[in-house]
Amino acid sequence: MKATANGLTAKQVLAEVGAPVVVFDRVQLAFDDKVVLRDLSFTLIKGHTKIILGASGSGKSTALKIIVGLLKADAGVVWVNGQRVDQLSEHELMAVRTDLGMIFQEGALFDSLTVRENVGYKLYEETDMPLEEVDRRVEEVLGFIGLAEHIDKMPSELSGGQRRRVAIARAMAFKPSVLLYDEATTGLDPITATTVDDEMIKLRDLENVSSIIVTHQLRDAFYVATHMATRDRDGTVHVVPATPQKERQAEFIMLRDGLIIFEGDADAFRNSKDEYIQEFLA
Amino acid sequence: MIRAIDSGLKKAALEVQEYVFLTAAAFRGVFTRPIYSHDIVEQFDLIGVGSLTVVLMTGLFTGMALASQSGLTLDQFGARPVVGRLVSASMIKELGPVLAGLMLVGRVGSGIAAELGSMVVTDQINALRALGTDPVRKLVVPRVLAGFFMAPVLTIISDFVGIFGGWVVSRFQLEVASGLYWSSVTKSLYMQDVWMGLIKPFVLGFIIVTIACHVGLRTSGGTQGVGKATTLAVVAGSVAVIAADFFVTQILIFTIYPR
Ligand SMILES: Nc1ncnc2c1ncn2[C@@H]1O[C@H](COP(=O)(O)OP(=O)(O)OP(=O)(O)O)[C@@H](O)[C@H]1O
Ligand SMILES: [Mg+2]
Repeated sequence: MKATANGLTAKQVLAEVGAPVVVFDRVQLAFDDKVVLRDLSFTLIKGHTKIILGASGSGKSTALKIIVGLLKADAGVVWVNGQRVDQLSEHELMAVRTDLGMIFQEGALFDSLTVRENVGYKLYEETDMPLEEVDRRVEEVLGFIGLAEHIDKMPSELSGGQRRRVAIARAMAFKPSVLLYDEATTGLDPITATTVDDEMIKLRDLENVSSIIVTHQLRDAFYVATHMATRDRDGTVHVVPATPQKERQAEFIMLRDGLIIFEGDADAFRNSKDEYIQEFLA
Repeated sequence: MIRAIDSGLKKAALEVQEYVFLTAAAFRGVFTRPIYSHDIVEQFDLIGVGSLTVVLMTGLFTGMALASQSGLTLDQFGARPVVGRLVSASMIKELGPVLAGLMLVGRVGSGIAAELGSMVVTDQINALRALGTDPVRKLVVPRVLAGFFMAPVLTIISDFVGIFGGWVVSRFQLEVASGLYWSSVTKSLYMQDVWMGLIKPFVLGFIIVTIACHVGLRTSGGTQGVGKATTLAVVAGSVAVIAADFFVTQILIFTIYPR
């Protein structure tokens, strides 16, 4: 591994507080002649949250797919956990992906597999973890998300919201350090949505997971940005309003016409004078 | 006009290139780890056992029709007793492989294209990749292996059933003695014919499945795209089966038959 200017390896840099986990530098992407991302640059710091907003078709899902290496940008540099994913081959990307969890917009559950097999997919198929241990982990994750009784059903037997939660469980199951949520709470009732939001907050604050949240649900966006999870001395976990310092660790990004038209914390976003954002908030 | 032809040619060349890449990747996937053995077993069952009924039915009726027709023709030369020879040669060399191939296109090729196509449009292929699985190893390799090894098995079954069907018609409609039929079936069979009948289905099975996988994985355009991919897999697969049959026949005639 190459040493940086001050003598640290990339691994050591990434272990530090405040290390950049995902970096987009002037990323561009067009499908044929339709430009989707014109010039996109942002940095996700370890343990922080990026909330990406934007109208339908503004390229939010596309940006997430670029991070995972499912799509290749036409230009620009993309760093994920110290690796240039824009330059890696599909084979080399597999190593980067072991630390990335993605929740796809439509869930993308494997419809030939049961809920259990979906959630444990990576652990069953791609790791050497003993089967009983995988089973335990799958049950644990499904328990978090309130789907324990559906473990042996097929995805087609679940409601839309249940499927979305299974997708979240599948991304969480192998404990990645970066989670990418594409509309994870869309279509959920407010109570379930809050459960999912709480889960995202807990993963971020207690497990130090870095997250990128794509959503149209402003309610969930603000909730995640303005709350934090704490653990009592006796081990119980609470989700409480965030301290101002913590609040600054969640940043909003607004995409429009392939460009970022706003970047800042929840307060700044709420008080933005931009007409488009005002309309979006209304 | 010229530009349209030009872009069309480019597209076709690109398509062929992608197909070759996929085939090469599948080949690599067969010989290197990771191997998804569970999926391989499942596909052998789905493609092999699952196609048994159609192959039995087509084999039987083809053999019976063949005997009936040959009987008519042979009577013109007073050669009815050699009907077994015609049935077995036609079944083993040509009709068994081709018809089993066509049935596999209809049943297996369409199914693969529809399944992989819908996995593409619902992001399941992307989800596999995001979870660290190479879709070629997980989905294409098991299907190609199953197609490659099960097509010959199904073809042999179809050959036997066809020859049996030929016996039924010969015995009860043409009134050829059973002993005569069976001895003409076996006596006239050259080893080269058997080779031809065995080599063909390997090639056809491989072609059917790789085309279906390629078409399925290149699906775009939502549910409508899945429909199109399925149709394309059947059309391209059927044409490829018949064309490949011709070329394999030519190659074998020039290589294994004595001249
Ligand atoms: N595979 C593709 N081929 C061609 N165009 C595509 C493809 N995928 C996405 N697009 C186009 O790229 C643009 C951005 O798509 P994307 O899915 O990133 O939007 P989004 O911001 O996630 O929208 P939504 O909020 O509706 O999910 C859209 O205009 C879409 O038509
Ligand atoms: Mg989207």
